[in-house]
Amino acid sequence: MSVFEGLKFRRVYSPIHDLDPRIKFIYVCAIFTVAIIFLELIPLMILFLIQIPFVVLAGVKREWLRSMRGAAFLATIIFLTNFIFSYISAGPENTAATVEYACALTLRFIVLVESFSVFFLTTSPDRLGLALEQTHIPYEFCFAFTTAVRFVPVLAEEAQTIMDAQKARGLELERGNFLKRIRNYIPILIPLIVSAIRRSLELAEAMESRAWGATKNRTNLYALKMHRGDFYLVGITAGILTVAIYVRLSFGIPSLNDLLGWLF
Amino acid sequence: MIEARDLYFTYPNGVEALKGVSLKIKNGEFVAIMGENGAGKTTLIKHFNGLLKPTGGSVFIDETETTKATVATLARKVGFVFQNADKQLFSETVEEEIAFALKNFGFKENIIRRRVTWALNLLDLTQYRKTSPFMLSGGERKRVALASVLAWKPRVLIMDEPTIGQDHQQKEKLLQFILQMKTQRKTIIIVTHDVEFVAECHPRVILMSQGRIIADGEARKILTNPEILIQASIVPPQITQIFLQLSNLKLPREVIDTYEAREKLLNLLEKKAE
Repeated sequence: MSVFEGLKFRRVYSPIHDLDPRIKFIYVCAIFTVAIIFLELIPLMILFLIQIPFVVLAGVKREWLRSMRGAAFLATIIFLTNFIFSYISAGPENTAATVEYACALTLRFIVLVESFSVFFLTTSPDRLGLALEQTHIPYEFCFAFTTAVRFVPVLAEEAQTIMDAQKARGLELERGNFLKRIRNYIPILIPLIVSAIRRSLELAEAMESRAWGATKNRTNLYALKMHRGDFYLVGITAGILTVAIYVRLSFGIPSLNDLLGWLF
Repeated sequence: MIEARDLYFTYPNGVEALKGVSLKIKNGEFVAIMGENGAGKTTLIKHFNGLLKPTGGSVFIDETETTKATVATLARKVGFVFQNADKQLFSETVEEEIAFALKNFGFKENIIRRRVTWALNLLDLTQYRKTSPFMLSGGERKRVALASVLAWKPRVLIMDEPTIGQDHQQKEKLLQFILQMKTQRKTIIIVTHDVEFVAECHPRVILMSQGRIIADGEARKILTNPEILIQASIVPPQITQIFLQLSNLKLPREVIDTYEAREKLLNLLEKKAE
């Protein structure tokens, strides 16, 4: 579950939190693209390091580390499967290259998790919804999206209450074999789903009684505006993309093994 | 017996909910825990069946320290009815819902059947035996939840805000039910804001504020002391307010229920007539 911890927004203020979510999203997409176009370890390492200043500046180190730790399990699986399969096809004489290849694929995954977690850690659901709205996505979708994000902690709390209530009626979640343990969760899941449905119906009624959908042209109390920081980020994003594409097209990138071989 | 010794509890988010609570609740006692929102009432009672474990101090249920037992073992002695107990329901029929805990505790089939029938009768739910709990009204669902706890006959019964959202008739039934449990020497602990309800049933009152116990004693003493009550954001029962305001007529101050008030007023009128 801790991989989701890294996606949970906490209300803190920093230069990164103040950035326009639209620009941040473009930045994340750019990082994503760059991570996809390189399969060599060195550029991916650079990409990984580029984002550390953002984490530090945003003051979300602890949460970010938690999400990295959460991703560690999947990363290990990615490393092992890639290593095993390329080892089988490439043979034992190329072990160093195989390790590097598996590392690169793993690092690519980590870079993706890293950039998305920085995005979600520093963007409040409200601002995200606002960004969606201002990109002319129909309001119904924006609303559904922000509500879903906002209700995750509410549901988590409710799940905890229901778990407490069932434990108080003698339910032991950790008892029994694998199948029994899965079945132990039925008394928690059913009330949780029922209450989520009830809650959504109540929410719909409350929304309608507050004139939901009365006019087509909704206005907003806040509007997103580009500030100086946003322009810097646009510059940084464009820079990263240009350099990456240029390097990709013009140079052969040495592998870490070759590089170390040349240096020593 | 339930005993808390210098109990401290801090939630993982850093909120210090209990700051040195010590108390003893003897078998067969009827206790109402009152206090403002966020005073730590629910946090305190969640320690009584081990749902929360102290971050400082200790809690004992009959000599067993709660940190050394699972919730399931403690729950066998301590029944806990949650505030939104109707939210815990999940079975296809009311009958199965009530049997859930009995199965968890490993009761035999024939005993389960007998206990279910007994609990359905007790809470006036027999006609819903085969109905889905989700088809029932809010008040009925609460009764199903209560029945599902009473079915295993716990020695201690804890109820969190049992009167919230209940009409007068339901409250009256709850009162009768509590009195009946009292005659069976069950320990009953309720957490409530409802002063009028507490005034009617004369329990021992434990008043909490900001994670501490600020008063502990008979309902009559505590509910008639506005200075203490105000610290816990509680106003005295309406009858008490009248008597406090009329105290210059030499009326007693410590009056909390209507029967008593009637007696006192009749006495006063008789004296005046003489």
